[in-house]
Amino acid sequence: MSDLLEINDLRVHFPVKKGLFQRPKQYVKALNGVDLNVRQGETLGIVGESGCGKSTLARSIMGLEEPTSGEILFNGKDYMNADAKDIHHMRRDVQMIFQDPYTSLNPRMKAGESIAAPLKAYKETDRVEKRVRELLELVGLDPDTDYHKLPHEFSGGQRQRIGIARALALEPKLIICDEPVSALDVSVQAQVLNLLQDLQKKLGLTYVFIAHDLSVINHIADRVAVMYLGKVMEKVDAGSFQSQALHPYSRALLSAVPVPDPSEERRLDRIVLNGELPSPADLPSGCVFHTRCPLATERCRTEVPVLEEKHNPNQKVACFHTG
Amino acid sequence: MFQKKTNVLALCILSLIVLATITAQWWLPFSPTNIDPEKRLTAPSFDHWFGTDDFGRDVFARTVVAAQVSLAVGGIVALFATVIGTTIGLVSGYFRKVDFILMRVIDGFLAFPALLLALALVAALGGSLINIIIALTLAFFPVMARVVRSATLQVKNESYIEAARTTGASHFVVITRYIFPNILSPVIVQSTFIFAKAILAEAALSFLGVGVDPSTPTWGSMLQEAQIYLTIAPWYSIFPGLGIVITVLALNLLGDGLRDAFDPHQVKRKPRTKVA
Repeated sequence: MSDLLEINDLRVHFPVKKGLFQRPKQYVKALNGVDLNVRQGETLGIVGESGCGKSTLARSIMGLEEPTSGEILFNGKDYMNADAKDIHHMRRDVQMIFQDPYTSLNPRMKAGESIAAPLKAYKETDRVEKRVRELLELVGLDPDTDYHKLPHEFSGGQRQRIGIARALALEPKLIICDEPVSALDVSVQAQVLNLLQDLQKKLGLTYVFIAHDLSVINHIADRVAVMYLGKVMEKVDAGSFQSQALHPYSRALLSAVPVPDPSEERRLDRIVLNGELPSPADLPSGCVFHTRCPLATERCRTEVPVLEEKHNPNQKVACFHTG
Repeated sequence: MFQKKTNVLALCILSLIVLATITAQWWLPFSPTNIDPEKRLTAPSFDHWFGTDDFGRDVFARTVVAAQVSLAVGGIVALFATVIGTTIGLVSGYFRKVDFILMRVIDGFLAFPALLLALALVAALGGSLINIIIALTLAFFPVMARVVRSATLQVKNESYIEAARTTGASHFVVITRYIFPNILSPVIVQSTFIFAKAILAEAALSFLGVGVDPSTPTWGSMLQEAQIYLTIAPWYSIFPGLGIVITVLALNLLGDGLRDAFDPHQVKRKPRTKVA
């Protein structure tokens, strides 16, 4: 399978302005050299704790954030250095589903209008209503009653369905899901995840799926990328993630997953990370994880590990201690 | 909105004033310009409900007709200031690059007290209905621009704006279809307050003698003419004064009511800014 999306050494640094003349003295390094590739038709799960740059990555892919350096190739074409018209054209193929269904819909716009908005933006004005009805049906809403309702008349799950319908309106190839279920009730999460999977099968979609919930990732992803402080620490097939994750950070994440059985819980030997997430404005030298890593040595403090193939061609890890 | 008695009362009073002044020429017993020298400065009676002025003109007729100028000036100024202020506020809040320049201009306007600015403008332009409307619009639009700008900045960060951008909506569509409908409530509330402030300002300008043509009765000019008779004919001052008070009070109550209706979370906010 070919790569639909390729991200090479993407960096997004935000200047922190200080002083009278607002000269940037420091940079918050939200993304600090991210390499990723997303294959046609797959779901790439991205995990990591808050502040690791997951959302910045999503926003950069959507063109909402200007990268400091690096490239984003969509279908082999450079996304960043295209002119405004080309970007407008390319954006059709990449859509986004947002985290919070309560704030991602215009409260004064009817559901049907919200879904029709992308069609109108791309001047596809013929038979809009028919298309919107199809979309409503596709995401499991009732085209007759729900078309003219305002967002506040829907539940969270229903709103997220509207958000999904809106993202599907332009028949995109790639959908960025920025924690699409984390704001929903657990009972509704599964429904929305299943809907996303069904749609993927039906429409041949490719997902970049951002989440901090590993069970959600296990459920939906084909491959997993673990991020920490603006870097990808490990890339691995979702099937082997749980059993064969190598990076100490991945293992710490996996060991933090709650277990429903208390007796089993007591037997678990959890890896508890010490300390706080370092500030992305003041990154540690060497491996960014060394301040909290149980395996850290002198080498980790000075040298930056690169993503390397370990064990099998589908697993890449950025760590010196995983032979 | 209609559950609170004061809101209903304010709306009733305003409707009554508007209706009375528009239809005045058909039902008033006396013409507001009809001079009757024999009855100069007579006290209120069954013939002349509000008494007569120094030319023997009926104060009731003049007070009712004077509302035309006040309401026209207030209404038109509120409309213009809202349209201009909202446009500037939206542009300024949405495009960060023009924001700095526009807001310094607005700061310049806001540095002058509204009434003083209007007074200077009318003095420069000359007193006429149109010039007063221009002057008061210039005096009041900066406040609206500020209110709209801050509301825009708030709404702009909502993720549905981002969502609209990612679906390919143009800036114009984002501003008109996504931001504007969501800032409408402060705009409506602010425009009722501008309405009230403009009525007060117009009365003040007329009182100072830089208002509309002196032959048209206005509350401000009536107060000015009446002040030398204050001790011997208090009714001549009281009734136009009451006209101003009641109209402005009703508008402010309405504005408060609208604000509470749009904003159910905040039962009580900090004390309202004083008018003018």
